[in-house]
Amino acid sequence: MGQRSSRSGLLGIEELTRDEIQAILDRARDFQPRAGEAFRKLNLLQGKMVVNLFFESSTRTRTSFEIAARRLGADAVSITAQASSVTKGESLVDTLNTLAAMRPDAIIMRHAASGAPHFLQRYLDTPIINAGDGTHEHPTQALLDARTILDRGAHLENLKVAIIGDIAHSRVARSNVYLLSRFGSRIVLCGPASLLPRELTQIAPGVTLTNDMDEAIRDAGVIMMLRVQLERQHEAAFPANEYFQFYGLRLEHLRLAKPDVIVMHPGPINRGREISSEVADSQRSAILNQVENGIAVRMAVLERVLLGAREHAVASN
Amino acid sequence: MPSLVIKNGRVIDPASGHDGIADVLIEDGVVRAVGSGLSAPAGSKSFDASGLIVAPGFIDMHVHLRQPGFEHAETIETGARAAAAGGFTSVCPMPNTSPVNDNATVTSYIVETARRHAVVNVWPIGAITKGSNGEELAEIGSMKQAGAIAISDDGRPVMNAQVMRRAMEFARSFGMPVINHCEDLHLSGGGDMHEGLESVRLGLRGIPGASEEVMVARDILLAELTGARYHVAHISSRHSVEMVAFAKARGLPVTSEATPHHLALADADMHPYDSNYKMKPPLRSTRDVCAVVEGVVNGAVDAIATDHAPHPGSEKMQEFEKCPFGILGLETALGITLERLVHPGKIGLPKLVELFTTGPAKILGLNRGTLSVGVPADVTVFSAERAWTYDLNKSFSKSRNSPYGGHAFRGGPVATIVAGEIVWQC
Repeated sequence: MGQRSSRSGLLGIEELTRDEIQAILDRARDFQPRAGEAFRKLNLLQGKMVVNLFFESSTRTRTSFEIAARRLGADAVSITAQASSVTKGESLVDTLNTLAAMRPDAIIMRHAASGAPHFLQRYLDTPIINAGDGTHEHPTQALLDARTILDRGAHLENLKVAIIGDIAHSRVARSNVYLLSRFGSRIVLCGPASLLPRELTQIAPGVTLTNDMDEAIRDAGVIMMLRVQLERQHEAAFPANEYFQFYGLRLEHLRLAKPDVIVMHPGPINRGREISSEVADSQRSAILNQVENGIAVRMAVLERVLLGAREHAVASN
Repeated sequence: MPSLVIKNGRVIDPASGHDGIADVLIEDGVVRAVGSGLSAPAGSKSFDASGLIVAPGFIDMHVHLRQPGFEHAETIETGARAAAAGGFTSVCPMPNTSPVNDNATVTSYIVETARRHAVVNVWPIGAITKGSNGEELAEIGSMKQAGAIAISDDGRPVMNAQVMRRAMEFARSFGMPVINHCEDLHLSGGGDMHEGLESVRLGLRGIPGASEEVMVARDILLAELTGARYHVAHISSRHSVEMVAFAKARGLPVTSEATPHHLALADADMHPYDSNYKMKPPLRSTRDVCAVVEGVVNGAVDAIATDHAPHPGSEKMQEFEKCPFGILGLETALGITLERLVHPGKIGLPKLVELFTTGPAKILGLNRGTLSVGVPADVTVFSAERAWTYDLNKSFSKSRNSPYGGHAFRGGPVATIVAGEIVWQC
């Protein structure tokens, strides 16, 4: 096993340039279905095979990747940790080497440990697409969020984006911060102090922090709510019972934001915990657009990884 | 045993203050004379040390030899060979073996195994508490009689302050230093690296500097309360260094050691998710690294110790958060210390020798670390200039977990002599 530094997969937004991100977002638009239509079935990736390897349960991301692969004509196999030899004590490296020996064209991987795909990519030639690693990154989520914002007619430059909730444990927050920062957005991260490490201001340009939800939302063009991840809390970092009171998004908050504010949530949502039902179902909510864009963006990512950044320009003609 | 003359080296012996070109004559395993133009008795061997430094044998007061119990990672024999290759003539294995070295039987086993298989001196450190569980005091007196020279629950802290107080009182009555792995486990919160920008960026749980500092503060107060000799293992954060300096200024018998990696690497130097950079305490901020270096320069840090912690590849080749803490240290300690402290002019060679010899010898009360006439002839011959590259695949250790594989060094060990016998030579 030789060490390699692969740039062919997609491990995170942090290592992408603005142009690379823009190319994916542009290409994703080509894959969006027209209103009232289904996704078109294409054959761009015919003969290719991707393995969906999910060590952590996920319905929407796994399904979304699977549909994206099939829409492009690729074969997709999904493996969940419960069904794999992981439960028989096989190490991560052995599992991946075994799968790689079956010669898939890419491995789409979700894992509860931060850096698990980065660690594996050093030893594996098969490109890895990170579908969420621990509390680190979730690159396709940030891409689909950006696509959703752009679809609503907003410009990322100077856009005030409030990201609210358990920032410390959120891979969605990190990937979004890296992406939005590349495009000059003003990012306000908001949550209880114990879930909002002060170092966050240094991870990318344009990031500020506040513990006050009103301040975060005032004049915001986008509000991203994060799920309260009780499963990632190793101790009680905040009193759970009063969370909604201080950090739950309710209709009255929206008055502080821009009139055309977009409310987003990576899902699955906890109604009444971090977002009220009224907001989740309001017309400001883009939650279902996010899900739809998930497929288009993942098609663009799969094409980029499997055909290479250059070839797809030809394929799009 | 034929006698041995080490010729024409720069002999640095901090204990006597000697620093100059001289010969060292060794007979019957002890130092017979240090001086110029010594005539070698007939039949004696000669070692040409021209251009090299001849120092008392280096002492590493903090290693993990993994025997008994974890022989797949290291044994007393392989660890001792790695020590010799690093220029060390004495090592002090920590008690976190299986079973834990918390009674005289285990201590005797280590002493006896070392006598038969180790090429360097092995002075075991006994546990503070039974099973190093932090609750009930171990059989400290009997371990001392069996050969233990200090007590520590290293790998874990003694979390209970009352237990620590009693351990200090008891150790004082036996004249043993108490060495603590300072880490408030609640503050560490299951973290995997230093808490700071890097941990936030990588999405890894952080261990704040305060986790070490609060326990150093507590222990210094307890050392004053009990009058015990107290030693901070692997000091890593800046406020800990300040507090040790404060304790020394108050005249307390408080000492500390630093590892080469904490003098050399910061959290930002870590290759992302590479467990060869994962250890406890974690690689801290650049500011902390500077403070530890400064502590060495100004005397808050008394010794350099490696915390040599072998782990087999299968355990280090995992998700970062699953990997055990610790890296190899014996073979690279001198090279790193020269690179970080001597070549940039922060300390001179006599000070470096002190950190590896009289420093640890004083803390432990060992009759070593000097080339005085009549002491066992443990000698480290090293070069401050020799260019060499660390080839991990040729390491004497059974494990390979080091971030220094392939690193090019300027200066390192040349020959290691234990009781008059050359046990390793480059």
